[in-house]
Amino acid sequence: MFQYVIKRLISTVPVLLGISLLLFVMLRMLPGDPAQVLAGQMATPEEVEVIRHQLGLDRPIHVQYALFLARLAHLDLGRSARTQNPVIQEIWARLPNTVLLAVLAISLACLFGIPAGIVAAVRPNSWIDYLVTSSALVGISMPVFWLGLMLVVVFSVLLQWLPAGGTGSWKHVVLPSLTLASFVVAFIARMTRSSMLEVLSQDYVTTARAKGLKELWVITKHALKNALIPIITVVGLQFGMLLGGAVLTETVFAWPGLGRLIVDSILARDYPMIQGTILVFGLLYILVNLVVDLIYAVVDPRIRYE
Amino acid sequence: MRDGALLAIRDLRVRFHTLEGSFYAVDGVDWHVERRETLGLVGESGCGKSVTALSVLRLLPPRTTEIQGQILFEGINLLELDTEQLRRIRGNSVSMIFQEPMTSLNPVFTVGEQIAETIRLHQGLTPKEAWDQAVEMLRLVQIPSPEARAKDYPHQLSGGMRQRAMIAMALSCHPQLLLADEPTTALDVTIQAQIMDLMLRLREEMHTSIVLISHNLGLIAEMARRVVVMYAGKVVEEAPVRELFHDPLHPYTRGLLGSVPWIGRKQTTGRRRLQEIPGIVPGLMEMPSGCRFHPRCPEAKEVCRREPPPTIHRDDGRRVLCWLWA
Ligand SMILES: Nc1ncnc2c1ncn2[C@@H]1O[C@H](COP(=O)(O)OP(=O)(O)OP(=O)(O)O)[C@@H](O)[C@H]1O
Ligand SMILES: [Mg+2]
Repeated sequence: MFQYVIKRLISTVPVLLGISLLLFVMLRMLPGDPAQVLAGQMATPEEVEVIRHQLGLDRPIHVQYALFLARLAHLDLGRSARTQNPVIQEIWARLPNTVLLAVLAISLACLFGIPAGIVAAVRPNSWIDYLVTSSALVGISMPVFWLGLMLVVVFSVLLQWLPAGGTGSWKHVVLPSLTLASFVVAFIARMTRSSMLEVLSQDYVTTARAKGLKELWVITKHALKNALIPIITVVGLQFGMLLGGAVLTETVFAWPGLGRLIVDSILARDYPMIQGTILVFGLLYILVNLVVDLIYAVVDPRIRYE
Repeated sequence: MRDGALLAIRDLRVRFHTLEGSFYAVDGVDWHVERRETLGLVGESGCGKSVTALSVLRLLPPRTTEIQGQILFEGINLLELDTEQLRRIRGNSVSMIFQEPMTSLNPVFTVGEQIAETIRLHQGLTPKEAWDQAVEMLRLVQIPSPEARAKDYPHQLSGGMRQRAMIAMALSCHPQLLLADEPTTALDVTIQAQIMDLMLRLREEMHTSIVLISHNLGLIAEMARRVVVMYAGKVVEEAPVRELFHDPLHPYTRGLLGSVPWIGRKQTTGRRRLQEIPGIVPGLMEMPSGCRFHPRCPEAKEVCRREPPPTIHRDDGRRVLCWLWA
């Protein structure tokens, strides 16, 4: 198991290198000139050239990439073209915000989505099932920014219970995490329902009942553990996605996370910042996947890694 | 029907409500099992054997099933118990073994845990004691190195070993009645024989009554004392095993036996042999009028087409559902 983890971690290196190469080339194919953006509309061509030289963008692309890799080997992602701060430092300042929001949103979503899915599966085609499935549909189709704005209108403007945006206290995190969770909970509830429905028709569930177990135990112990694999998959995917920054939610609530950082960097053609952030996203995504794979093996004894 | 019966089923009707419509899968079934008796329940696929057995412990999906009649276990009607009372009987005084050892054990718990769970539930033992007893049960069903096997998951065991584990689980609380629904059908012939030998032995040791459901008439001949033959949701004949094999009364039973070489001789699957009766079991929603067997019956008369046959109780204690004996 330990060896497997090491192997997986080592295999992330080529993946991240691939991402960085692709990104490096694609960024430079984008329309828009970073030197021009940074220098401003009024700058003379000479000034733009000076900035281009400072950014190292006047060198051939393979030289640029070699330099990037050389720095990366020392865990140096360069400096932001926009703020001149080290990229690592900028990411590090926002990463906790993003992780906090993602963890809260996914926890809330699991807390409500899994029980809702179970209840719906236990009573298929009942009013409670229709309630769950139709709320899930609403949750998936409702635009995130619209829900966010509505929450702000109700809880910040009308009731004045919670701040409309920013960071600082636990109150600030409530609305953005609710907004994100409402979207994710829908996926989790739907997957839990369909997975549980399938498991509940299996013979071993009848066996569990025939033993004299309480129905609650039959469902939460014998059925749920078998239904978990697809649920974990969805939770992992959604969590990975949330760690990639929730651009809309962060924008609506002025939440200083990685999502807004990457959007701002793209608008400013801030190559080092974009490269650094995307690499971090890639790394997080790979780590989440690894953890998910490890949880599979804990839940299902038939899954073994050597 | 004697009052001393351990289990007595009276006029059991089981109706399923499905999207295609409602139908009776079991339509007025009566039989009983006495203490320490093995009753054989035979009939073609789809005739309602499993549904009858599942009704005893009320394991059919409650939302789509309607059960009428009486199921008296030690005089208590199981159909009237509340869920708590029923739970105390399930797996404790009445337990069940299913056909498919591959799918009837939970894949994500160890075999030992699945057996110990039943023991903890009904006997109030500590986890450690229950585990030790689970290992003893595995030893009893002759699983080699039971301490190690108890820690295995079902997928690590062969089909035969899994069925032994199922038997260990079913017998772990020393039930008075074991409902064995085709316990060996899914296994190879040699393993089948081993499992049946095991069940014979355990029956002697534990004094358990058994309802053995099987297609395999050879198996029934070896194990059962009395046989109930079902066709299309009804009991068509009941007789002590020797009488049934020597002198079947119902044309359907004759058809079933027509292909059996001789009592006690090992049989391959009953399913293939049964096809020597012409035609197929009627669909539950298109039951023929009169006797349900008449379209396939070589001896069908005019009355068989018109009127459902009466149950004839003979002086020798046998019964048959047929106009021939009226
Ligand atoms: N839960 C259910 N819902 C609807 N119909 C059912 C259900 N369970 C069984 N049936 C139907 O009831 C009929 C009797 O089924 P049953 O399983 O008792 O047959 P069986 O005699 O055990 O046959 P086999 O030898 O194949 O096991 C079948 O037509 C089956 O399709
Ligand atoms: Mg069956």
